[in-house]
Amino acid sequence: MESIATPESAALKRPASQTLLFAGLGLGIAVLFVISLGLGTVHIPAARIFPALVASDNSPFAIIVQEIRLPRAILGALVGASLGLSGAALQGLLRNPLAEPAIIGTSSSAALGAVVALYYGFAALTPLALPLFAICGAVAATMVLFALAGRDPGVLTIILAGVALSSLTGALISVAINLSPDPHASLEIVFWLLGSLSDRSMSHVWLVLPFMLVGWALLLRCGPALDALTLGEETAASLGFSLKRLRLAVVIGTALAVGAGVAVSGAIGFIGLVVPHLLRPLVGHRPGLLLPASAMGGAALLLAADIGVRLMPTHAEFKLGVLTALLGAPFFLVLILNTRRRPL
Amino acid sequence: MPLSQTLAGFSLRGVRVSRSGRGVIDGLDLDLGGAGIVGLIGPNGAGKTTLLKTLMGFLAPDTGSVHFESKPVAGWDRAALACRVGYLAQGAPCFWPMTVENVVGLGRTPHHRRFGPDGAKDRAAVGAALAATGVEHLRGRSALDLSGGERVRVMLARVLAGAPDVLLADEPVAGLDPHYQLQVMEVLRASADAGRTVVVVLHDLTLAARFCDRVVLLDYGRVAADGAPIDVLSPESLHEVFGVTALVGRHREALYVLPWSLSQPTARAAE
Repeated sequence: MESIATPESAALKRPASQTLLFAGLGLGIAVLFVISLGLGTVHIPAARIFPALVASDNSPFAIIVQEIRLPRAILGALVGASLGLSGAALQGLLRNPLAEPAIIGTSSSAALGAVVALYYGFAALTPLALPLFAICGAVAATMVLFALAGRDPGVLTIILAGVALSSLTGALISVAINLSPDPHASLEIVFWLLGSLSDRSMSHVWLVLPFMLVGWALLLRCGPALDALTLGEETAASLGFSLKRLRLAVVIGTALAVGAGVAVSGAIGFIGLVVPHLLRPLVGHRPGLLLPASAMGGAALLLAADIGVRLMPTHAEFKLGVLTALLGAPFFLVLILNTRRRPL
Repeated sequence: MPLSQTLAGFSLRGVRVSRSGRGVIDGLDLDLGGAGIVGLIGPNGAGKTTLLKTLMGFLAPDTGSVHFESKPVAGWDRAALACRVGYLAQGAPCFWPMTVENVVGLGRTPHHRRFGPDGAKDRAAVGAALAATGVEHLRGRSALDLSGGERVRVMLARVLAGAPDVLLADEPVAGLDPHYQLQVMEVLRASADAGRTVVVVLHDLTLAARFCDRVVLLDYGRVAADGAPIDVLSPESLHEVFGVTALVGRHREALYVLPWSLSQPTARAAE
């Protein structure tokens, strides 16, 4: 059964290193999740986190853990996974390591959709309006991007199209803020746009979870097609994959996952860029395997970032989206330099 | 392996294909099947690549029919067709630095989707394909760090790993040095001898003469000549189609064709 025993010959099996990678990511998520439950203005000792999580009494620890920190940690993992997975799927589809929901304008367009829902009061009519508007914004933006980038998008085209989309949606969001009759509401929009996971409840989780699950399912199913796409569109088609269906699945899947994420957490950038890039060498550069790895990595990284903002010694809470941008933007620049040196 | 009666094959009837409004293939009738190498030759723009893409179903004909085994190509389940017909794209691109072994493993994808993964069978097919193209030693290398000759052989191994009945290769020897050109042609020859139909687009007329069992000369989207290399690669038809004077000779019974000079300098120079 065993093939010739070179270290690489294990590639078609699942080598131990990959089992290790996924186990490590799972462990990382679990540890960060628990830390996230324990962290906040009220310190909860590690030993009391689990009892507080399952307690049915209304003790202060139980209320804090169950109603404040649990939704925050769950949303951190969900949004992070959505961003990581979407980033990996977009990079695989565009065969370009610089694609990311925020950079190509998906996140800001979802934010625009959400702002429209907030601004015109649709969000007050039904809580579903916020994620639905955000998802529609994300779908529209991704469609526009693909129309602009065409069949064989290069780095430059994608970045430029993304810049154009982001500028446009940013301008439209500014219009909404400028024209807002209620200064308090506009301040709320501004803060929400910065991206945060604080003060969320389980109802937020239930609101976005179905959209995210459908989006994830669509994206994860793209694995084999994205693997084949490594060899170009014609070869992928010759291996029996429909590129039209693949593009549609990635567009809709990304829009559902990222749109739902933006609707509850605001715009959080660069997770989808950084995570696939770091994990790609660890999965042998295989786009299909990178999907689940990036979902897990994204969950871990956003949980870590959300722990980070709570450890910042600032008097007002440091916004999550600001932190990821501060760390992610330099990373992006380095990546551009590397890509120019050795085009992928 | 005995040549069975049910060998896979394509048949085209009255096929017209246009790309960006221009008719590239114009009323083509052609049958491609049976064990052996069919060389597709013809001037640039004669419709060779378009023909392969039409066979694969990437391009739909405006008129006429393209059948694979008496069933229209468009009516085939894509994965089922992918199990039967392998395609080596021009330039054999690769976008991520995956290992050679993983790239070759991609050739197994259509089989996974039909029957579910079969690790042992896949590994055996990949191993055999790596051996057939002589790239076993490259297994663990990144597919982006290969020379042109290595890359083509790796991509050829990817196609062979899928164990197709028909192999379509678009200019597999373009840009390769003579050693690699012969090596790639030997692999195709061995594949045809094993009972496959190999359709290969070539520009090198001597390679076509040496390795092909049948040569189809395309010109302006039509078949200008079709038959044994000795008949198709005649000085007359090469003059007619390519506008060149060619030396056609024999070396130990094998045919060679050397394009020597332009026979219609003004007409071709305009291109």
